[in-house]
Amino acid sequence: MTTLNVNGRVHSVDVEPDMPLLWVLRDELKMEGTKYGCGIGVCGACTVLVDGEPVRSCSTPVSAFAGKKITTIEGLAKPGLTKVQMAWIEHAVPQCGYCQTGMIMSATALLAKNPKPSDADIDAAVTNLCRCGTYARVRQAIHAAAGEHVAAAPAPALAPNGQKV
Amino acid sequence: MTIAIDRRQFLKASAAAGGALALEFSFPAAAAFGNADAGPEVTHWIVIHPDDRVVIRIARSEMGQGSMTGLAQLVAEELGCDWHKVSTEFASPNEHVRRKRIWGSMSTGGSAAIRTSEDYLRKSGAAARMMLVSTAADEWKVPVAECTAANGVVTHGPSKRRTSYGKLAARAGKMEAPKDVPLKDAKDWTIAGQSVARLDIPDKVRGKPVFGVDVQLPGMLMASIVQCPVFLGKVKSVDSSEAEKMRGVKGIVKEDDFVAVVADNWWRANQAAKKLKIDWDTGKYADASSETIAAMFRESLDAKDLASARKMGDTPAALASAAKVLEAEYDSPYLNHAQMEPNNCTAWFKTDGTLEVWTSTQNAEASLATAAETSDLPLEKVEVHKPLLGGGFGRRGAAQDYVKQGVLIAKRFPGKPVKMIWSREEDIQHGFYRPASLVRMKAGLDAQGNLVALQSTIACPSILALLRPEAIKNGIDFSAVRTFNDAPYTIPNQQCDYAMRNGHVPVGFWRAPGLQNAYYRECFLDEVAHAVGKDPVEFRLAMLKPGDKNRGVLEAVAKASGWGSPLPAGVFRGVAVSDGFGSYTAMVAEVSVKENAVQVHRIVFAIDSGYVVNPDACRAQAEGNVAFNLGQLFQANTVKDGRIVQSNFHDFPLTKLPSMPKVETVLVPTGGFWGGHGEPGALCLVPSVLNAVFAATGKRVRSLPMKELELKA
Repeated sequence: MTTLNVNGRVHSVDVEPDMPLLWVLRDELKMEGTKYGCGIGVCGACTVLVDGEPVRSCSTPVSAFAGKKITTIEGLAKPGLTKVQMAWIEHAVPQCGYCQTGMIMSATALLAKNPKPSDADIDAAVTNLCRCGTYARVRQAIHAAAGEHVAAAPAPALAPNGQKV
Repeated sequence: MTIAIDRRQFLKASAAAGGALALEFSFPAAAAFGNADAGPEVTHWIVIHPDDRVVIRIARSEMGQGSMTGLAQLVAEELGCDWHKVSTEFASPNEHVRRKRIWGSMSTGGSAAIRTSEDYLRKSGAAARMMLVSTAADEWKVPVAECTAANGVVTHGPSKRRTSYGKLAARAGKMEAPKDVPLKDAKDWTIAGQSVARLDIPDKVRGKPVFGVDVQLPGMLMASIVQCPVFLGKVKSVDSSEAEKMRGVKGIVKEDDFVAVVADNWWRANQAAKKLKIDWDTGKYADASSETIAAMFRESLDAKDLASARKMGDTPAALASAAKVLEAEYDSPYLNHAQMEPNNCTAWFKTDGTLEVWTSTQNAEASLATAAETSDLPLEKVEVHKPLLGGGFGRRGAAQDYVKQGVLIAKRFPGKPVKMIWSREEDIQHGFYRPASLVRMKAGLDAQGNLVALQSTIACPSILALLRPEAIKNGIDFSAVRTFNDAPYTIPNQQCDYAMRNGHVPVGFWRAPGLQNAYYRECFLDEVAHAVGKDPVEFRLAMLKPGDKNRGVLEAVAKASGWGSPLPAGVFRGVAVSDGFGSYTAMVAEVSVKENAVQVHRIVFAIDSGYVVNPDACRAQAEGNVAFNLGQLFQANTVKDGRIVQSNFHDFPLTKLPSMPKVETVLVPTGGFWGGHGEPGALCLVPSVLNAVFAATGKRVRSLPMKELELKA
């Protein structure tokens, strides 16, 4: 049996030591906010926090997590939402949303270490992939969560058809 | 859809649907065989509960494009309800069959969800409002004309009596819907046309399980699949002895063209799948390569069997008598959709003889038909549940290969739900790829530098030949010739010929099918403008008639980008214009190139879609199209030994955050038509960037991916 501390709760799971944490979370603990995207640690859809550090759970064996505190998207804020999640809603960041839980975990880890990241800091820290292309809003939302003023949408203008858009 | 449905309500609804599975079945989309959130239907699109909650049914899929919200906005606008009380649910595909396709098309592609259903949805909302008002007037015994409806409340003007939609809905729903239904003018909209918050976002930032891969069912098994690496190959034999002994493995499914391992955990299934020893009959394409495919394209440019896609004037004669002729060839590769959520299908053959399927699909009717055909069950005995899609981009519509596989696998485990998920490797190597293609273009100029002839010869596999052969007309696949056969430019002599060369690599509808032609045409026109020393914007405007909406967006983008104004040192502009998917678009890119690294600083994008239902969602689509299509600069799926060489994101990379430029979207709807937003933003990205790269370097990039340059990341 492997003992895991996930979101402050201790779970005992009977799995092979080399099973990646991702599949323990998804298929054993039925916590499915953490996603499978590539299985080789490239895309970051599977990102969780381990003692506050972002880790690609798809390519890290469960045996590496003994005695560590794992935080998944489900445990990020209970109840309510974190500043990062609120900024994500405010800036309508997700499109399909599949990569977004991993993005939010990476952004959370970045802001914990660096409360006022620059664009370059964000570029370096958020290596998650998004096929829908939400990157511009990921940047905006991280700045907003850092408490910076982020320009809202452009002021509505009168369109040729009479709509204000 | 009822993503946020509470548990008590859900259990009740499931029980009402006869759900013995209610306690364990936690997937929150529509409950078995019918819509979960049952309540009085006012029309088939609109359910209004006694507590005034309004549920709007959505027939199309939601894959991040936001039309689930946009479609609801259109209905709510005409219904005149309180937007804060609106939720949505997907119309049940099984009920759709039983009610004779009452919800129309469920297909979600071609940027068409809103533009092809706005009319009947708005009319349904307006009809429902009229029925609610009539019901109130009848109850109060007052003339209908004295009653008004707004914000979910009907008011009788003279007496100031009020009642809410929720109290009227059950009776109103029994009325016959009115036939003559006037619709509001867009300038009077208060719900449609506004950047209301997308309904799907709050759950998505919480990691609520909403995607196909997240389905949880009692006693569910998991499957991983291995397909023949050479397209069209078959399984000869399989030695699964090692796989069968592995922990958690419940069985091996061998089919004609794939083998699957079924286990109690997906990782175990996938690990065991790697231990299968499969002897493949790779068929006759085992020697095909990118080189043989390129040679097939090249040879076809001079073939005699070309189909004519456009013939205006006498192009050969005009080229022969032209003062100057320019010629260029451009090409681009196969590309995988690489949507972040891999293909998946959960199927469950129930003991009562029915089949339930959960799958991330862009066309639930196609999924239902595939599941019924594969299972030999009548349509009425099959239900398809529609979770949200972790991206689609065209991969999950016309091709339903993954549904067939999921059903075939579950058929071996009657009574047990089986969730099949493809590995990323299977996804990259078994796509329905954006077709590779080669085009030869010739431009004839007169002595004044006017473009008098444009000839294009296109070698490209046909998507329709594979997925919709009945739609091919006179040898023409519209998706292979668009942008050339319908170019808006007033060039007197135009000829476009098509060489359909299909090869063995499956091709499909990849976001903005045919978009490579916008790259070819708009980069070649830039070459022509440069050759005659004309400004690229002025050169195009001179060939666009007054009133042409392409002209409108080109003027709008030139103005918004400050075309012609000074730029920071080392930054250069490029422009492109193209219509498609019902909309008109133009784009200006600002680019610098340092040490062969291309950096895109700013994109200004103008789009005329006639109307705009949710401005912020439209901007999001524009931004997404920029990121998605920057990938074209460096991505390729190449072929060797009959198979796709790339296998995961390490060798089929996606655009990364550092490459993302500032995007400014200029919405200039002119009214009178409805255009899309999911794909039009894709058309001009590559040509505007590459025209800017030329301005910066003097080098034309006529072949993708870029060979000597890279995108800064």
